[in-house]
Amino acid sequence: MSFLRLEQVTRSVQLPDGSRLDILRGIDLEVAVGDHVSIVGRSGSGKSTLLNILGLIDTPTSGSLEFDGVPLERLRMGARDRRRGRDVGFIFQQFNLLPRRTALENVMTPLLYASGRQFWRRERLATEMLERVGLGARIGSTPDQLSGGEQQRVAIARALVRGPRLILADEPTGALDVETGAQVMALLDEVAESTGAALITITHDPNIAALARRHFRLDRGVLSAADDATAGLADFAEAAR
Amino acid sequence: MSLGTAVIGSIVEAWSELRVHRTRVLLSLIGVGVAVAALTVVVAGGAIATQVTTEQSERWSGRPATYQVQAYNPTTGAQAPSGALDTALAEAATRYDIRYFSRMTQDSIQVQLPDGVYMVSVSAVDQPYAAIHRLQVIDGGWFTERDAGRLAPAMIITSDLWNHLGAPDLRTHPTLEIVTAERNVTAVITGITESPPGTQGGDFGAFMLRDAFDAGRFSQTPPDQRYAQYELWVPAEVGEELKNRISSDVSSALGEGWQVDLYRSDYLAYSDQDPLLVLKLSVAGVAVLVLLLGALGLINIALVTVRHRIREIGIRRSFGATAGRVFFAVMMESVVATFVAGAIGVLIAVALVKNPWVTEWLDAYLQDVPAFPVEAAVIGLVAATAVGAIAGLLPALVAVRVKVIDALRL
Repeated sequence: MSFLRLEQVTRSVQLPDGSRLDILRGIDLEVAVGDHVSIVGRSGSGKSTLLNILGLIDTPTSGSLEFDGVPLERLRMGARDRRRGRDVGFIFQQFNLLPRRTALENVMTPLLYASGRQFWRRERLATEMLERVGLGARIGSTPDQLSGGEQQRVAIARALVRGPRLILADEPTGALDVETGAQVMALLDEVAESTGAALITITHDPNIAALARRHFRLDRGVLSAADDATAGLADFAEAAR
Repeated sequence: MSLGTAVIGSIVEAWSELRVHRTRVLLSLIGVGVAVAALTVVVAGGAIATQVTTEQSERWSGRPATYQVQAYNPTTGAQAPSGALDTALAEAATRYDIRYFSRMTQDSIQVQLPDGVYMVSVSAVDQPYAAIHRLQVIDGGWFTERDAGRLAPAMIITSDLWNHLGAPDLRTHPTLEIVTAERNVTAVITGITESPPGTQGGDFGAFMLRDAFDAGRFSQTPPDQRYAQYELWVPAEVGEELKNRISSDVSSALGEGWQVDLYRSDYLAYSDQDPLLVLKLSVAGVAVLVLLLGALGLINIALVTVRHRIREIGIRRSFGATAGRVFFAVMMESVVATFVAGAIGVLIAVALVKNPWVTEWLDAYLQDVPAFPVEAAVIGLVAATAVGAIAGLLPALVAVRVKVIDALRL
């Protein structure tokens, strides 16, 4: 069953001169729990806008989006926020860790918006998640004391600590060197697979995209399947150069 | 998410934020803490000033409601004979169970001091006089029931006179020789009252019990020609009714031709309004102004700070913080911080108002030194929390309006 379903989703904005800019056009996409999807596209192709819509941060201008079987229009703002907190984990290119907070505090942050057992046991859950990403010895370190790879691992732990069913990774290796990026992706893939969460990775990097099971290209706001991953992505990489 | 968890979560979040931003918080809260301390000191000072003014007024004119009695012949203007009036008023006081009734006569007597005979002004009063006028005895004690039966009359003298005698220890039962035309009478000094400031040692005065004074025949003025004053201190709520009854009873007791008037003589006699209202309003005005200045500083810093935290707010929103939760958390930060600052401000105020130097100074002027006014502490804390809520409101509104997408792009 689809966890996420987009039908003919568009997103446009009004420019200062009164003209309209279409960022996304007629997007159709279905993502099931446990799926691993990659979306590649050039800068300005609408990748982040699509990710924001998938993560309930932004809303489509037209078209329909069903999140866990519930049409988006039936979810009010607060309900979307709560659902996002419960079901979606974000991983950003620039990590977006809270400065001056320790790794543990960063990972505990999403649990502050949880309830019941997750809220009351937040320190233990966060510690366990950090241990799982190999940072059990660094829980007291602040972001400025961590390397880029470590910071992204903290960000992964933070994204996964509430056990989301959808992980949205926006250029997760964009700020890392190739080797560290590969390690981070391997970790992300492993953790996502073990938790059964759907993973959508948005990236420039064909090698990172190739790790997914299903591949899409986003070009000028139009999403298309790139079933022959290697060929499609190689074409893309060529075009991107 | 349950409401309880949300509230606790917000407080935890607020506390965590305060801890992380402690330098900024500390700097911004110094103003609030100082303002609350000032507010609390001003309120407490106002309460103490009110007490000082009240006690001074009560010393001068008696506690509310104090009534003075005049009995005279309306045709001739002659005063009623003091003996008959004394008896009639004493009976009325007993009848209406008035515990605080005192006669008072001002006179002068001659006293033998080591360096000669001096004139000493004497207030001959009854034992309840001290309670009616909040009279303070700085050494020894006020007259008691036992003093009425002394063969050597008890005397409470002013500190100037006591110092002139060489400040003898009252435990040695020092005496004074009262000089009359017929004989010298020894009086025992049982207490000392403070001479008013600025007398340069020349305030030679004393209190004696009225009956002892009359019995000793110390006065050179015949009893009927002496000015006599009568005071009754009664609960204000029954004052008017008692006044009418006593007036009627004493008139009847004195017989035909005498008119008896009772009138309030205390400081609240002529005004329905609190005479200290202006003082209290001024104090409150200063306090509010002080707090407003503190609040303005806090709002200013809070607004600047929240603009620096927009990205952080965006991150939190992306992890499920609702707009309401962000609003509440930002508000809570301000409220928690100002509450703590307020508590510290109140403690500073308590330390300022209740330190040994201030209390020692107040002890010299006040009979009932007020405890640190609880209302001052409560007002300080409530005001701090309210300032926190107001100062947090604008930043919280700014925080809620943050667009997550824009915040994450910063």
